[in-house]
Amino acid sequence: MSILRYAVYRFFTMLLTLLVVSVLVFVIINLPPGDYLSNQIAELRASGQSAGVEKAEFLRREYALDRPLWEQYMIWMGFMPGPHGFSGLIHGNFGWSFEFDRPVAEIVGESLWLTVLVNLAAVLFVYVVALPLGVLAAARSRTWVDYTSAFVGYLGLATPNFLLALILFYYGHRYFDLPIGGLMDPTFEGQPWTWEKVKSVLIHLIVPTFVIGTSGASAMMQRLRANMLDELGKPYVETAIAKGMAPARMLTKYPLRVAFNPFVADIGNLLPSMVSGSVLVSVVLGLQTIGPTLLTALKTQDQFLSAFVLMFVALLTLMGTMISDVLLVLLDPRIRYEGRET
Amino acid sequence: MRPLLSVEDLTISFGPGQTVVGNVSFDVERGQTLAIVGESGSGKTLSCRAILRILPRTARITSGRITLDDGTKPVVLTEIGERRLRSIRGDRISMIFQEPMRSLSPLHRIGNQVSEVLWLHRGASEREARRQVLQTFDRVGFPDPERAYKSYPFELSGGMRQRAMIAMAMVAKPELLIADEPTTALDVTTQAQVLGLIKELQQETGMALILVTHDLGVVANMAERVVVMHKGRVMEAGDAEPMLKAPAHPYTKQLFDAAPAIPAETAPAPPLPDQDLILDMRQVSKTYTMRAGSGWKPNVLIHACRGVDLKLPRGKTLAIVGESGSGKTTAARIALGAEPPDPGGEILFRATPDAEPLQVHKMSRSQRTAFQRQAQMVFQDPYSSLSPRMRIQDAMTEPLEIHRIGDRAERRDRAAAMLDRVGLNADMLKRYPHAFSGGQRQRLSIARALMLDPALIVCDEPTSALDVSVQEQILTLLEDIRDRHNLSYLFISHDLAVVARIADEVAVMRQGLVVEQAPPETLFHNPQHPYTKALIAAQPEPDIERPIDLKLVAQGAGAPDSWAQAFRFTESVIPSLVEMEPGHKVRCHV
Repeated sequence: MSILRYAVYRFFTMLLTLLVVSVLVFVIINLPPGDYLSNQIAELRASGQSAGVEKAEFLRREYALDRPLWEQYMIWMGFMPGPHGFSGLIHGNFGWSFEFDRPVAEIVGESLWLTVLVNLAAVLFVYVVALPLGVLAAARSRTWVDYTSAFVGYLGLATPNFLLALILFYYGHRYFDLPIGGLMDPTFEGQPWTWEKVKSVLIHLIVPTFVIGTSGASAMMQRLRANMLDELGKPYVETAIAKGMAPARMLTKYPLRVAFNPFVADIGNLLPSMVSGSVLVSVVLGLQTIGPTLLTALKTQDQFLSAFVLMFVALLTLMGTMISDVLLVLLDPRIRYEGRET
Repeated sequence: MRPLLSVEDLTISFGPGQTVVGNVSFDVERGQTLAIVGESGSGKTLSCRAILRILPRTARITSGRITLDDGTKPVVLTEIGERRLRSIRGDRISMIFQEPMRSLSPLHRIGNQVSEVLWLHRGASEREARRQVLQTFDRVGFPDPERAYKSYPFELSGGMRQRAMIAMAMVAKPELLIADEPTTALDVTTQAQVLGLIKELQQETGMALILVTHDLGVVANMAERVVVMHKGRVMEAGDAEPMLKAPAHPYTKQLFDAAPAIPAETAPAPPLPDQDLILDMRQVSKTYTMRAGSGWKPNVLIHACRGVDLKLPRGKTLAIVGESGSGKTTAARIALGAEPPDPGGEILFRATPDAEPLQVHKMSRSQRTAFQRQAQMVFQDPYSSLSPRMRIQDAMTEPLEIHRIGDRAERRDRAAAMLDRVGLNADMLKRYPHAFSGGQRQRLSIARALMLDPALIVCDEPTSALDVSVQEQILTLLEDIRDRHNLSYLFISHDLAVVARIADEVAVMRQGLVVEQAPPETLFHNPQHPYTKALIAAQPEPDIERPIDLKLVAQGAGAPDSWAQAFRFTESVIPSLVEMEPGHKVRCHV
């Protein structure tokens, strides 16, 4: 089964890329002089608190921050034994957050899944909105349908997300009684998952999804429209019309199928741009996603926390590209049979 | 009895006032073939597309009636709604388009695309449709219908794709088939087979056919009635035979005079002189390695040229003829030094009769620069061989700039003089290419090639993208320039009729091998090789007395192992070129 072989191959290249990314992430985070603890020690020394200094020195040794950079990296990844033996990312130990004084896993825990949830919802929104609108705009190009959707689309592109968020919260709350801020009712925070909690999360998801997805959806729509217009001029469309197909069936079976490729290929790009793009939105909307955490971690040079979050975003991106690559091979026989052609 | 389809007073315009088809009327009887003939821009395609209302968005049918006879009461196609028209499209009237490469969806299997017609119009189940489609595939000549059913279009050759299109058009057994230049994009032998197939199917099912074409040869082979169109108007209409024998309208006469033909009667010509060769290709081979898609399969070697020996005497024209993939373009590219031949081959070039012969692929830098001045090329597609962003003047003077010849004013004057020489106006220098027609652009390409005063010009199918009347003019121009400047041409073509006109020597290539070589008169008088015979037989002649001999085509156009024993070749055993009579070489076992 060649598809399966391709998927496996693609999976291994993804792991390899992830490894390279981990090196880059680690190096870049360590580029600014000093680390969280040395900053803290300097601060404590300046204010003459020697007890704190000792604790910080202890932590430095504990997390091997006194070792050369490459050793730190190997220990962090778990390729080399640290002060407590092998214990790194590949063993499921994500490290310690100095800023929050808690293990990284504990801090990101739930927000990791909420991030995935919010962004998946946004991606889904993008596709569900862009697909019909793009096709419609192309099929009715240069009519009021096209112009209206383009106008709304550009409006969506041009409105700053946080502004849109505030507007939606106001009207959503006023007319539909939608909750403001957060991803669930505060009473459910830290509680085990129940049906009520799921419902609360879903209701809270409406506005964020809309806010994060709008600009992506309008960009995607315009792209799909342009692709469709290219395809509509091709002779195979005429062949389909000459066969006697009804327009709707013809559009979805032939040109859309071909125009779909770039659409699928975009999955990979969409995920990371949404994660990083939604940081500001998350802060404004008070979403418990990973975005605000990343912001704090980067500001305070909390290296294990920020490294982990960056690695997570990289993983999302790579998974996205892998999924779109495999989907493309499934969708397009020309890619599948490459090399078989003479 | 009413005709099956009648078009009355049809007028189509783009926007207000821009009439592209005016007052066109014609009838199609049941079982009859009507050919609509014309050059590009004549409105022939629009007129036949109007029948099924498959028109560009800006085109409007402003007046006229198209009626399809329904036995009891006629259906007015121009008045019925979109939904009723859809039930006629593909069912009672179907259509075949020009480009088989692009007329099928690349992402759907052939079987699916063809079966769709039956799902739509017969409500057939998947199994029932499949059964009928397989039958049709068998009928249109797919060697393995099951396999074709599962194939994607890109896995098939052009001829096979057009067969699939024909199967799609025929599977619902329509009463009328509209074929819009169905064979223009195909090789001449494939064209002959596809035309033969359409004719056979027509006789079996009794459907009527509207054949849109620019090729009078195709008309003579297929049509019973002919409509000649020019600039959106009907020039002449009538029965094919009297019209082809004695065209009445001056425009029709003009078309006939322009149509190149293989001369019917020729006498063998003396062989070309063997001295003063400007180009001498010796044992030129070229092998490409095609990487296999996966690491498991071995790479495939493609022999584009195999031991090609060609000699071009100064002031003469040597033509290489063959179908796509025969290696003719590769040979030309190697001759120009664009690609090196495999080791063992060499190309000798002598710029002047008394110069030392130079090896094209072992030149020093300065020799190469000089060679590039002396050998120029004219390309096939005049639309893409001129940069759309360069003024004609810049495109023309650029070669002089590169070779640092003259100053600005001199270059300009030379460009102006050259335009004059190819029949264009010197005041066109400031224009951009889009302001020129296809024929004018090809004149520009020729003028540009002449700017450096070359001794050798390689012409790669210079007329195959042009209308017949324009083709005629360009060929005349090429001949004229050749004789005036003592130029030598290496002329690549797939069209024997064009070659018959311009060449002094013809080499026929098949699968990288020269299979027969002779002066054109000798070749047409006494063709020996089955492939040459097939090429000659496949050429549609605008002469109703000389129909295509499909049997000869089928014998010669197939794989080499279907040829008579004397001509067969395999990967390992290749017969050598044998001189049958002076100047006439054939590749065969003796």
